[in-house]
Amino acid sequence: MRKFKELVFSVFLHTATALPLIALFSVIFFIISRGAMVINWEFLTQMPRDAMTAGGIFPAIVGTFYLVLVAVFFALPLGVMAAIYLVEYTRQGGIVQTIRIGVSTLAGVPSVVFGLFGMVIFVRFFGFGVSILSGGLTLGIMILPTVIRTSEEALLAIPQGFREASFALGATKWQTIYRIVMPNSISSILTGSILGIGRAAGDTASILFTAATFYIMHLPNSVFSEVQALPYHIYGLLTEGTHAQAQIPIAYGTATVLLFLVLSMSALSIVMRNRFRRRKKW
Amino acid sequence: MKKFFRRGKGIEFLFLFFALASVFFLAGIVVVLFSSGLLILRTVTLREFILGRYWHPLFYEPPAYGILPIILGSFWVTLGAMCIAIPLGVGAAVYIAEVASPQLKEILKPVIELLGAIPSVVYGFFGVVALAPFIMRLFDLPIGFTALTASILLGLMALPTIVTISEDVISSVPVLYREASYALGATKLETAAKVVFPAAFPGIVTAIILGMGRAIGETMVVMMVAGGSAIIPRSFLQPVRAMTATIGLEMGEAASGSPHMHALFGIGCVLFVLTLLFSIAAERFSIRFRRQVGI
Repeated sequence: MRKFKELVFSVFLHTATALPLIALFSVIFFIISRGAMVINWEFLTQMPRDAMTAGGIFPAIVGTFYLVLVAVFFALPLGVMAAIYLVEYTRQGGIVQTIRIGVSTLAGVPSVVFGLFGMVIFVRFFGFGVSILSGGLTLGIMILPTVIRTSEEALLAIPQGFREASFALGATKWQTIYRIVMPNSISSILTGSILGIGRAAGDTASILFTAATFYIMHLPNSVFSEVQALPYHIYGLLTEGTHAQAQIPIAYGTATVLLFLVLSMSALSIVMRNRFRRRKKW
Repeated sequence: MKKFFRRGKGIEFLFLFFALASVFFLAGIVVVLFSSGLLILRTVTLREFILGRYWHPLFYEPPAYGILPIILGSFWVTLGAMCIAIPLGVGAAVYIAEVASPQLKEILKPVIELLGAIPSVVYGFFGVVALAPFIMRLFDLPIGFTALTASILLGLMALPTIVTISEDVISSVPVLYREASYALGATKLETAAKVVFPAAFPGIVTAIILGMGRAIGETMVVMMVAGGSAIIPRSFLQPVRAMTATIGLEMGEAASGSPHMHALFGIGCVLFVLTLLFSIAAERFSIRFRRQVGI
């Protein structure tokens, strides 16, 4: 009886691990195997033609690149400074507690709610319109908790002895941060922020009302332009336009490009982070 | 003043200011949502809004702004997703933490974390081109866009979150617990099921709540594959409309300053309050777990 129970439990555990992996890999394989057939150099570098039924997805690639650039330029300095405050100036007290609750709550806010916020504040209140700037800033706020957490982890990995040695030499707190803590943690902070890039590149709901457009035939010429973006392009190809059958293969190609982009970014940051974690002992 | 800066207080305040940015943004979100969302109460009462059974914001005279079917739609697909994600996710976490060899663990952990990075629109796309037609044929339905279709995809999406966090929790249960159990003659699996799992339980609840938060806040999948009928769900084989999908689909066509737009922001308020409650609950269980195992 005991053996039998063990067997049942063991079978359950193996199934529970294998089933999601099989399912998730079949999703990836299903899309990539069909997308690979439409991807070639022209697909990646040409403008769409014939009412979105032919040609390439170059504007969507460029648009996603710009959106991510704005998001990272906004979130990275802000997130790193927040992490420095939380780790280096830690005083257990009301303010630190408030910031921590703020960060973890922000991390749980759905992306469509960030979209509403961006629409009201950036698009309308600041008058940026539906633009790269509005969408990028919205994405930046969305990835801020990710950047703060990974930066915190990077700062915490620096041995306390480094700081104490610096203080012992008469350095101030700021000198210690600037000369000792930052140089030693900057590479792991940057790899951590790649995780945020992956998230920003793949998110659709937050750019629905702040940046994205489906019908545009030219590249963005300023930060106030509307843009195509890879995730929104997939959605647009499925829901808009008149030639659904001709648009589906392009959607497979776009999804493959997006998957490749997001998965390689995330893989890079996960591998690098694990390497840093292992090196933690110095 | 000079002394003030020499002590580095100025720099500290600068960092504090940036650290408070998250709190400002959160406050900004609350203000934006509620300042527009509460205006719907000029048109309908709170009771009519939350418990109203009819959502007819356009093309009806008079229009109806009841969001009960939409709230229930969100709960319905999240419930379905959790029926898939909880047993599989917790099972996989126990396997990776307690049973898998160290080498296998080294591979499985990052792979599952990586799968969590797949963008939601890709799941939605897969749903439209593959899963929905499959569900349609399997159950002989007129259309494949159902609550079940959305639930399966949301379950898959929530899995990496649940597995990753549960695994961390299970691994952080002190090794003494296991050694005591082995000393009493229990096998590895018995220890996992009867000692480690109960000890890790509050932490696993945290993982489940965070996974639920991800499912209820997910927009693209429910926009693309859930069907979109704003009727109170009674079966998993019918189309439903979730809160996030309603905002995403209708914000473009709602006139600025109209009751319709206020109602959409009102839905945003309900969604925000729900995710806030999830965050608080997750934190509570996390604290309880750490206290229980003494870390």
